[in-house]
Amino acid sequence: MKYEIVIGLETHVELSTESKIFCSCGGHSASKEPNDCVCPACSGMPGMLPVMNKRVVELAVTAGLMLNCEISRYTTFDKKNYYYPDLPCAYQITQLNHPICTNGLVTLKTSEGQRDIRIKQIHMEEDAGKLVHAGKASYVDFNRTSVPLIEIVTQPDFRSAEEVLVYLNKLKTMFRSGGISECEEGAMRCDVNISVRPEGSEEFGVRTEIKNMASFEAIEKAIRYESQRHIDAIEFETEELVQETRRFDDVSGKTFAMRNKETEADYRYFPDANLMPIIIDDEWLEQIKAAKPVEIDEKAEGYRAAGISEKEIDMLIHNHNVSKLLDDVVNMGCDAKNVAGWILTDCVGVLRKNGKLLSDLTITADDLSAIIKMVDSGDVNRMSGRKILTAVLEEGVDPVAYCKENGLDAKVDTATIESVMDRVLSENAQAIADYKNGKEKAKQALFGACMRELKNTADTAVIKELLDKKLQNI
Amino acid sequence: MNYFVKTISDKGNIAVDDTILVKGVQTAAGSRILEGFEPLFSAEAVTRLEKAGYEIAGKTHVGEFGLDLTGEFSYYAEKEETLKGAAAEAVAKGAVKAALGVDMNGATRRSAALSGVDFLKPTYGTVSRYGIVSCAASGEQMGVYAADVEGIKEVMDVIAGYDEKDGTCLKKDYDYSTKEDIKGKRVCVIKELVEKADAETAGRVKAYADKLAKAGVVVEEISLDIFDAANTTWQILMTAETCNNVSRYDGVKFGYRAKEYNNIDELYVNTRTEGFNFLTKAVILYGSDVLSKNRYDDCYGKSLKVRRVVSEKFAALMEKYDAVLTPVCSKSAYTAYAIEDAFKTVFEESVFTAVANLIGVPALVSGGVQLMGKAFSENVLLSLAGSMERAGE
Repeated sequence: MKYEIVIGLETHVELSTESKIFCSCGGHSASKEPNDCVCPACSGMPGMLPVMNKRVVELAVTAGLMLNCEISRYTTFDKKNYYYPDLPCAYQITQLNHPICTNGLVTLKTSEGQRDIRIKQIHMEEDAGKLVHAGKASYVDFNRTSVPLIEIVTQPDFRSAEEVLVYLNKLKTMFRSGGISECEEGAMRCDVNISVRPEGSEEFGVRTEIKNMASFEAIEKAIRYESQRHIDAIEFETEELVQETRRFDDVSGKTFAMRNKETEADYRYFPDANLMPIIIDDEWLEQIKAAKPVEIDEKAEGYRAAGISEKEIDMLIHNHNVSKLLDDVVNMGCDAKNVAGWILTDCVGVLRKNGKLLSDLTITADDLSAIIKMVDSGDVNRMSGRKILTAVLEEGVDPVAYCKENGLDAKVDTATIESVMDRVLSENAQAIADYKNGKEKAKQALFGACMRELKNTADTAVIKELLDKKLQNI
Repeated sequence: MNYFVKTISDKGNIAVDDTILVKGVQTAAGSRILEGFEPLFSAEAVTRLEKAGYEIAGKTHVGEFGLDLTGEFSYYAEKEETLKGAAAEAVAKGAVKAALGVDMNGATRRSAALSGVDFLKPTYGTVSRYGIVSCAASGEQMGVYAADVEGIKEVMDVIAGYDEKDGTCLKKDYDYSTKEDIKGKRVCVIKELVEKADAETAGRVKAYADKLAKAGVVVEEISLDIFDAANTTWQILMTAETCNNVSRYDGVKFGYRAKEYNNIDELYVNTRTEGFNFLTKAVILYGSDVLSKNRYDDCYGKSLKVRRVVSEKFAALMEKYDAVLTPVCSKSAYTAYAIEDAFKTVFEESVFTAVANLIGVPALVSGGVQLMGKAFSENVLLSLAGSMERAGE
C-alpha cells in the first residue's frame, strides 16, 4: 500500500530587535557573558511590570504580511504557567486567544511543482532562559529570557520532508532579507507534527509531535525516521501508535517518546492583566506596510534588470544589510551593477584579507558612494579607489580626506601622460618587439611601467587608450 | 504595637507597607518566602514622594501578600489580640503623617475602618503599580492612609499620574479636591450590605447617612444584588492571578530557599511549603483550580463575563447617584483567629470591598464607612467625606 505523510509545523523565530520584548535589556545578540543582559524585569523580581516593545509588533506584522496573513487589529497576551528553573516568573507570556496574524498562505516551488501551505497563525511570545549543567551543579543563564519570538503555525499541509525544507529555507531567506530575524543557528526552532495515512484517504492518522529541533538537518532526518516508524507500525503492526510528544536524538537518528509528565501538563493559560490589548489601527498598519521591505522575488527581479549576476543577487538577497547598502548607494546616484561589483568584489576582497565575512561589512552608504563617484568621474583611478576603500574598511578613515592627504586625486593631464609614455616606450624597445610578435603580456608590462612612472594616479582608461594608439603607430 | 517591620528614617513622615518596594530595604510582603529580598529600585510612588521632599519613615507590616483580613498573618509581626493593621495604626497613633498601602482584597480598607483613619483606593490605573509586590494585577491599586481627606489629597497629588513603566497606568492628569459643593449630591445606601453588618456597624452607616442628609445631600436606601456576585467573581480572579504571580517565588533566584532538597522538584516543593503560610497556600490551590483546563470556562472565563455585567450594573446605578454608602466590614472590632479559618473569613468580609477591586472604581474609607463612586469620581468622595470631617470638628 502507498502512504501519504501529513506534516504541520510550528516554527519559532527569534526577532532581530535591539531590546527584549518587555524590558529594555539588549536582545540576545547583545550578550557576551552569562547573565550580562538581565534586569529585574526579565529575571522575574517582584515589582517589575512588562512594557510592550513596539518594534516586536511591527516585525510580527511584517512577517504576517510576507506570509499573506490577516492582521489582527486587536491582539492580546496570555500567561502560560509551568515551573522550570530557566523560566524566572514560572510563566511565559504568549498569545493564545487573539494572535497577531491569522490565515496566511505561502507558495512553495518544489521538485514536484507548486505547493500551497496555509498558515494557521503567527503569535508573539517571549523566549525562556538556558540551563548550563556542570558536574553536579546547574546554572541558569537569563540572557535569552524575554528575547522576542514569533511562532508560525501551519496547517497540516506538507506532504514530504523536502517540502518542509523548501518552506524553512524560504522563511529563512525572507526573514533575513526583510530584517525580521538573522535566523542564525538556534534562532529558528521547529516542532513537527506528523501523521501517516493510506494514499487517497481523507482521515488523518495518529499524530505525534517532535519537539524543539534547531537544525534543518535534524528536522529532515527526524521526519524521515518518524514517518517510516508510522508506516511500519501500520503496515507491519510493529507497534501501536499513540498520540504523544517525542524528541529527536541526533546521535542515533531516532525519535523517543518523552515522559508523560512533560507532555500532559495543564498550562492554565489566562489573560495577562499587566499588558493592555494592542490595537493596530489603519494608520499604524499603513506605516508598517510602507516600511515593509520589498519581497525577495521582486527585489531579485530588480537586481536582474540592473544587470547584476545571479551569483551576486544570491549574495545580496540573503543579506539584508548589504542589499540595503546597495540600494542606498544606488539612490545616491550610482549604477547598481557597478555598486554590486564594488561591494561583492572589492569590499569582500578586503574583508577576506582580514578574515572577515560579508556580514561584517560596516562601510556607510555615504562613504561608499563618495569613493565610487570619485572613480566614476575620473578624479581618481580605479586602483586608487580600491586603495581608499581599503583604508576606509581597515582604518575607518574619511575617504575624501584620505584621498587628498595621499595625493590620490592628482589629476594628470594627457600631455604629461603622453610624455611619460613616450619615455617609457623609448626605454623598452624589447617589450614593444615582443608585443608586435603577439605577446599580450608585453603590453601589460608597458602599461604597468607607465602607471609606476605616473605614481598610479592617472586615469587608467586614458593610459590604456593612448598606449593602444601608440603601439599601433609604431 | 510595633508597626514597623523596618524603620528607615526617624524624621520620616510617610510609612510604606511591606508590599511596596523601597530600594535596598528588605521588602517581603509579610512572607517568609521573600526573606532577605532587597529590591534594586523603589516603587514609582515612593520615588515621587522622595523627590517631593517626603521621607520614608519605615516599612509597615502586612499580612502575607495582603491576603488576610487586616494584616494579622505577617511572618514578621508579633501576633496581636485585637486586629488593627500596622500602616493604619501608624497613622492613627500619629507616628507618620500618611502611609501607602496596596488594596487588593480589602485588608487596607478594613484596617483603616478599624483604626479610625481614612484610606483611599483610587480608580484603577491612577497610581503606578511599578514596584508593588503584585498579586492580583487586574484589580490591585496603591492607595493612601491618612488622618483625614486633606492628608490623602496631599499624598495623591504627588503619587497619581502616568508612569511609562506600568502599561496599565493611565495617561491622565489629576487635580484632587476635598471641598467641592456637596449640596444636592445624591448618595445611595445599599440595603443588602447594611443587613450583613452587625448593629453597631449598621448604626454607624445610618448615622453617617443622616449627617450627609443634614448637609444637603439626598440620601436614599436602595436594593442592588451585585455584591455577592462581585465578591465571588473577584475571589476567583484574585486567587487565579495571585497563584500565578507568586509562582515566581521558587527558591531559585532570590528570597527564601529550603535548606534540604535533593533535586529541583524538592527545591520547589520544600521552599514553597516552608515559605508560604496556610492562607497563601489555600489561595494558590483555589487559584490553580479555577484556571485548570476542566474548570476554566465555568470559573475564570465566566468571571470575566460577570465582571462586565457588574461593571454595567454599577455604571447604571451611577447614572442616578453620585456615590454609594456601605459598611467596610461586618463588625467594629475583630479578635485573633486561626489561620485555617482565614480563607473563609476574608471571603465573607470581602463582600463589602471586592466590587471596587473587580471593576476598578474608587473607594474611600472615612469615619468607619465606605463611599464608592464611578471611575475618577474621587473628588466627589473626598468632598463628601471632607464635609463630614469638617462638620465633626
